[in-house]
Amino acid sequence: MRRKDRTYPILVGLFLLFSGAVFFTPRWFSFLLTVAVARSLVVLGVVLLMRAGLVSFGQGFFYCIGGYVAGFSSNAFGVTDAGAVVILAALGAVVAGAIVGLLLCNYRDIFFAMLTLALSMILYSVIVKNPALGGSDGFNVPPPTILGISPEAVDPRVSLPLFTFAVAFLLYALAHRYFLSGFGYAGLALRMNEIRLEYLSLSARALVFLKYILAGVLASVGGALIAYISGHVDPELAYWTTSGEFVFIALLGGTGHVLAPLAGGVVFEVIRSYAFDLAPSLWQMVLGVILLLMIIFMPEGLWSLTERFLERKRDEAAP
Amino acid sequence: MREPLVILLDGLVYSSWLFIVSAGLTLIYGVMRILNMAHGSLYAVGAYTAASVVGWYFASGYDPTLSYLVFFTCAAGAGVLAGLIIERGILRVVYGRDEVLVLLVTYAVLLILEDVIKLIWGVDAYFAYQPYAALGRTKILGIPFANYDLLLILLAAGTGALLWFGLNRTRQGKFLRAVIHDREVSEAMGINVTRLYTATFVIGSALAALGGAVTAPSLSVVPGIGVEVIVIAFAVVVTGGLGSIGGTLLGSLLIGLTRAAAVHLFPRGEVLVIFVIMAAVLAVRPEGIFARVKARKI
Amino acid sequence: MKPLLETRGVTKRFGAVVAAEKVNVQVREGEVVGIIGANGAGKTTFVNIITGYVKPTSGRVLFDGQDITGLPPRKVIRKGICRSFQIPQLFPDLTVEENLLVACTLLNRPFGKLLRPFHDGKFIERVEEALEKFHIKDYRHEPAGTLPQGVKKLLDIAMAMMGKTRLILLDEPTSGVAIDEKFPLMDTIVRSVGRNGTTTIFIEHDMEVVEHYAERVIAFYDGKVIADGETSRVLRNEDVVSFITGSIPTARREPADADS
Ligand SMILES: Nc1ncnc2c1ncn2[C@@H]1O[C@H](COP(=O)(O)OP(=O)(O)O)[C@@H](O)[C@H]1O
Ligand SMILES: [Mg+2]
Repeated sequence: MRRKDRTYPILVGLFLLFSGAVFFTPRWFSFLLTVAVARSLVVLGVVLLMRAGLVSFGQGFFYCIGGYVAGFSSNAFGVTDAGAVVILAALGAVVAGAIVGLLLCNYRDIFFAMLTLALSMILYSVIVKNPALGGSDGFNVPPPTILGISPEAVDPRVSLPLFTFAVAFLLYALAHRYFLSGFGYAGLALRMNEIRLEYLSLSARALVFLKYILAGVLASVGGALIAYISGHVDPELAYWTTSGEFVFIALLGGTGHVLAPLAGGVVFEVIRSYAFDLAPSLWQMVLGVILLLMIIFMPEGLWSLTERFLERKRDEAAP
Repeated sequence: MREPLVILLDGLVYSSWLFIVSAGLTLIYGVMRILNMAHGSLYAVGAYTAASVVGWYFASGYDPTLSYLVFFTCAAGAGVLAGLIIERGILRVVYGRDEVLVLLVTYAVLLILEDVIKLIWGVDAYFAYQPYAALGRTKILGIPFANYDLLLILLAAGTGALLWFGLNRTRQGKFLRAVIHDREVSEAMGINVTRLYTATFVIGSALAALGGAVTAPSLSVVPGIGVEVIVIAFAVVVTGGLGSIGGTLLGSLLIGLTRAAAVHLFPRGEVLVIFVIMAAVLAVRPEGIFARVKARKI
Repeated sequence: MKPLLETRGVTKRFGAVVAAEKVNVQVREGEVVGIIGANGAGKTTFVNIITGYVKPTSGRVLFDGQDITGLPPRKVIRKGICRSFQIPQLFPDLTVEENLLVACTLLNRPFGKLLRPFHDGKFIERVEEALEKFHIKDYRHEPAGTLPQGVKKLLDIAMAMMGKTRLILLDEPTSGVAIDEKFPLMDTIVRSVGRNGTTTIFIEHDMEVVEHYAERVIAFYDGKVIADGETSRVLRNEDVVSFITGSIPTARREPADADS
């Protein structure tokens, strides 16, 4: 029997809870929460691909595109509304993803991982070497108007988190719907047996192409939001460490549910704040060790703990 | 007439370096089906070791001509040691698991190694220019050419020859080729795969470290040099066909010469051109130039 | 009458190995054909070529008068050809029920409509029917990767038949199945296939099974067709006896529940 799906009410509840946090918790906390939520969108894209058996080591490519779309929209083209920019960022990802996706959809496994990595490193080096794109220092992004509300009218430190949460939770709900659709299950099928998938009349390449673009849109929107939240973009957004962190968070949270990346993202921020206090120079080593332990002992990620918990509760309820 | 020759020489030097670095990566993949993302970090270990040894050697005032042997050997030794620790300590735990999962494990190793390197050598730049300067320059058709670069080309040729000999003319090499060709059958025939894996990984790691060592004298050794290397080495290896040494040689030459041309004619596209070549080759031959595509039995 | 399936001079080389050599076969609508041949004779390759998993080195494949040579499996499938696999091709982490539902959804819903919810009442009903028909109801919640070999075979065939089927190719449907379960299994298949007059080609090593279910037999040896015709005639063919079966069939077994 399938469990009753309570994801949508939980998403609404979390949205209200997070929004409340903007008003009732210290600024540094709601800032961290906003960062975690915006980045978890990128991770959601990584998870979407992982469910189909694809590991992208280069979501920084789209993350960076989103960030720079936000930056250039306000600095060069006078498009300063966050709502419009989020849509532009998504469109940018669709265009970029469609172009490189044509090559990438032929690849799986380590090829896919390394080619996506190479792609993000190309973007990185192009930006670093190009002063017209801001070079290695990047540039600042002024606070946006949000659906017509100017930063003067409402403090962006309030409006921006609320906007971020609204966009993110909307996308979470859509992603959940997607996971439960034919495409979602086709993804699982792709991971498990591509030959059978082809013999069920589905083009695996088309599926990979589509999923790569969708994951790119999520990453790009996350990047645009981060550009506003941090008020700055630089090529670091496309650097391998950034993409690597997204993969890390995806593995930390797991791929079993749309909320897993969010859980992973929040835990990641907690680990990061502690690690930076205790051993600032060993950050990567901490990540590496946790990653190793996760892969060996808990390959399904932290989310599997909730599944186990729910199962136990159900067993207790019906002995 | 001058410029093409300069490009050719520069390209050969760069190709040699690419080959030394990529050969280990492709060898490990061919035999073990592991794409080692920490390959670049092993490269960095080699570069740092070489820089330290060079610093100590020249400060002690020993004979410069012997320095090459000393620091190449020390760097390769560091690679052997690191490779042994990684293979015996970590990789063996995940043998037989999914290729992508193992890729993630090597990524974890990369993260750990990057910080280990910082712990050992700090974050300041190291310079080991002495071996480069000590050899002087020769004129080739009127173009000044560093003798050290000549040494590099010879070393790459030697590495290639040694690999070829090892794989084609020795007993162990025949086993290795059997495993590369068909692992299941080789295992069934009773080839001790565990020992071969350790040997392969150690040799591959030593090659990575050697690659780091040979470049140390011509650039500053700083944190993070390893990561760009893994991306470029992957491009080379994929262009040639993952797992094929001959393909890696071809990939190195193709990419090395083109990059040299780009550096002279279109400096801004220096990195881009590497990947344009890779993408162009893959668009025509999705598995790289020399790879054998094997259909799954159904 | 025009044949439903026709191969013209189909040849396939893997390096030095010739897995199919000038194979000319015609199959009429509604026929039940058995394919026999030793391991490595090229039987699977024949199926692979028809369904587009393998491209022939030369020769043509025609289905219902249309040239389908070299079309990828997903396009061949849409024409109404389906196949099962010698090594069952399942989604190992999904349950039996989910495997069937994936198959049913993907075979019957165009790409553009896959955004609809996966758990769709209409398809769930058809999955229910299939579970019933193939006697695998008891396993519905088990992950496919953990099933016994015989059940894997059944699931594999059930998945293949979830779409519209005019021709079905079964690659050793009874291999790995216990001897006393071979006839019930074939009955299950033939009953669900035969009822709507689907043309059936099955590869089989057990000559009793071949004799009982096939109207016609094609014998492969070393990539070549060495005999093709009415079942009892082919099984008495000299070459077939000496290269493949080793003996002339004698007793004919009548399974208890062979009512069809
Ligand atoms: N993808 C392939 N690559 C190389 N050789 C193959 C491939 N598929 C089949 N063969 C060879 O073709 C021959 C026929 O194989 P197959 O069609 O599987 O035989 P059967 O199904 O009759 O046992 C065998 O010698 C086999 O080794
Ligand atoms: Mg077969």
